[in-house]
Amino acid sequence: MSNDLVIKDLHIKVQGKPIIKGLNLTVKQGEIHALMGPNGSGKSTLANGLMGHPFYDIDSGEVIFNGVDILELEANERAKLGLFLAFQYPTAIPGVSLANFLRLAVSAVRNQGTNGSDTNDLIPMREFRRELRDKMKQLGVDDSFARRYLNDGFSGGEKKRAEILQLAMLEPKIAILDETDSGLDIDAVRIVGESVSRLIGPELGVLIITHYPRLLDYIQPQFVHILLDGRIVESGGWELTQMLEAEGYDPIREKHGF
Amino acid sequence: MQKGHFSKEFIQKIAATEPQWMRKKRLEAYALYESLPMPHTTEDDVWRRTVDIRTQDYWRRTRRHLRGFALEKYHPSAATNGEALGLSGLQPPSTSEETAGALVQVDGQCQHASLSTALERKGVYFAHLHTALREREELLRSYFMTRAVTLETALKSGNIALHNKFDALHGAFWQGGYLLHVPKGLRVEVPLHVHIKMSEAQQADLSHTLIIAEAGSQVTILEDNLSTDDTTSGFHSGAVEIFAGQNATVTYVQVQHWNRHTWNFASHRAIVDRDAQLCWVTAAFGGRLSKVNQAVVLEGTGCNAKMLGLSFTDARQHLDVSTAQEHVSPHTSSDLLYRTVLKDRSQTAWGGNIYVYPEANHTDAYQKNDNLVLSERAHTDTLPGLEIKAHEVRCTHGATAGKIDAEQVFYLMSRGIPYAQAERLIVDGFFEPVMERIPLESVQEELRKLVTQKLA
Ligand SMILES: Nc1ncnc2c1ncn2[C@@H]1O[C@H](COP(=O)(O)OP(=O)(O)OP(=O)(O)O)[C@@H](O)[C@H]1O
Ligand SMILES: [Mg+2]
Repeated sequence: MSNDLVIKDLHIKVQGKPIIKGLNLTVKQGEIHALMGPNGSGKSTLANGLMGHPFYDIDSGEVIFNGVDILELEANERAKLGLFLAFQYPTAIPGVSLANFLRLAVSAVRNQGTNGSDTNDLIPMREFRRELRDKMKQLGVDDSFARRYLNDGFSGGEKKRAEILQLAMLEPKIAILDETDSGLDIDAVRIVGESVSRLIGPELGVLIITHYPRLLDYIQPQFVHILLDGRIVESGGWELTQMLEAEGYDPIREKHGF
Repeated sequence: MQKGHFSKEFIQKIAATEPQWMRKKRLEAYALYESLPMPHTTEDDVWRRTVDIRTQDYWRRTRRHLRGFALEKYHPSAATNGEALGLSGLQPPSTSEETAGALVQVDGQCQHASLSTALERKGVYFAHLHTALREREELLRSYFMTRAVTLETALKSGNIALHNKFDALHGAFWQGGYLLHVPKGLRVEVPLHVHIKMSEAQQADLSHTLIIAEAGSQVTILEDNLSTDDTTSGFHSGAVEIFAGQNATVTYVQVQHWNRHTWNFASHRAIVDRDAQLCWVTAAFGGRLSKVNQAVVLEGTGCNAKMLGLSFTDARQHLDVSTAQEHVSPHTSSDLLYRTVLKDRSQTAWGGNIYVYPEANHTDAYQKNDNLVLSERAHTDTLPGLEIKAHEVRCTHGATAGKIDAEQVFYLMSRGIPYAQAERLIVDGFFEPVMERIPLESVQEELRKLVTQKLA
């Protein structure tokens, strides 16, 4: 299927240092994958590299999405193809209201038909407002949220909810969630978990990066991968998370000679 | 319309029908003007000292840009009487909203002046300055270049008498501008609009703004300075004098959008009396080189001034502003926020000082200048300063200059927004703290439009 995300032998460097060292992974639309790994193993590097962050140097490899090698594309073009990243640490943009920003973003990704990436056709205000209000309600965020400046002065939980709100509005084909559950209390994890699980369906493929199985209670992954030192060293099913919870990473490290 | 030169003969001509005292004032200013060197011809000039002695580099930069300036190329024009032009047939400035009065001036000539009859009946006076000199001579005699913008702007704290060549030029050759006088206790709810325009090539505009709001009055003035086309080179040497009487509320907005070939020099000074409130918005988009001195004098106990600045430069524009917040009396507060965005090879300089005089205890002064530099070749200098002679004060100041944040751009782009739009959002966001403090939506709209034009 052309909407699959296919990563082949990917190598990523950060400031000259190899972090991702030959990674292979395929996420199909409709599938749910979990990516787990100790701190510093390269999970966020992979996520940012896939999204096209200029700080992360793609050394070699291929990433095929929608039938094209997206490594040549700007971040906004990747987003238009249907790739989404919920950031581990979302950036604050003072002075730019969440609603204003989201209207531009939604208009940009939905205007597939027009030639060129620049289009001034914004989706109608009423339509946008209605949709935004509905989705904010589902996420349990207050109406005033839309008027606040993007991630500016947001609490940790608010930032993560804003990411999920964007996910819901942008309707991507493949979404990467980088520790969307970190820093949340149990209630917030439940809200985020339930909202994501509501979005899940045959149209959406998800790669969930997490340290905690509690998010996975709401979003059951079909595939679980373990990242160690820039490579996926184990892939399996639900049983891998159970094993990690019981024994930690040490047995895997030992098994793979770290 | 008669065109002239910056000569004594021309003063004699334009002052021929003016009162004796004004003619004398002009000639005194001319004598001072002649005695002062052009700021770029000497190292030891007031242009280096006007604001801060520590800022030599910053002045050097402005001086260098001034070298391309030749006063001889520009011609002042003698204003003809408004009546002779047949005022009524001309167009008022087009505005989307209600206006209490409007004045349009083109190349020093008054083309339109109107005031609602209700306000006229209540004693508001609003007219071209030449008309005012005939009809309100005593007001001009006490306020015109006597206390606010004067030929010797002496800072009490520094004991330096400062002469500014362009202020002297203005005093000698001023033409046009307006007087707005709001009588005691009258609240004017709807803004007055002023358009000062330049249209002809090599035009010199020397308009003078004089606003006198008597005790307990309230008024809002929206003034635009603009060129009628994008290519003709002009020269503006202006002055703005604002008097906010006891407990008065004055909002003054000046939007400078001359074209990029215009030289802009001005001194702006407001004197704020006891318990008065001044909201002062200065937006600057135009000019080849602009040098503006802007000062607020918090003269009466308990008064307050809010100064908001917004500017956006591009191409090779050079924009230089010096601000002063002079706290003379106790329990006064001032709050300044200036934000600038720079593109291309443009340059800006901001030097701001808070002066707190020995008597001015319980001063609360705030000053902040932030700059967003969009291009590698643009350059900004920012120099906040404090001079505090009182003991119990609260002063905060700060300045920042930074490039556009790559993380912010990436975040927006990762949501599908193309680079140019992401940049625009960040610029709009950067200006937002200034915008949201501007109490008039129509002004916000106009400024947003001008910002968008700069980004195009
Ligand atoms: N922006 C950056 N600047 C400097 N080093 C970085 C940066 N991003 C990643 N690294 C380095 O790359 C390595 C992998 O980091 P990465 O953030 O990808 O790990 P992670 O698996 O996401 O960890 P965590 O579980 O803590 O989020 C680390 O050694 C980190 O220090
Ligand atoms: Mg991480």
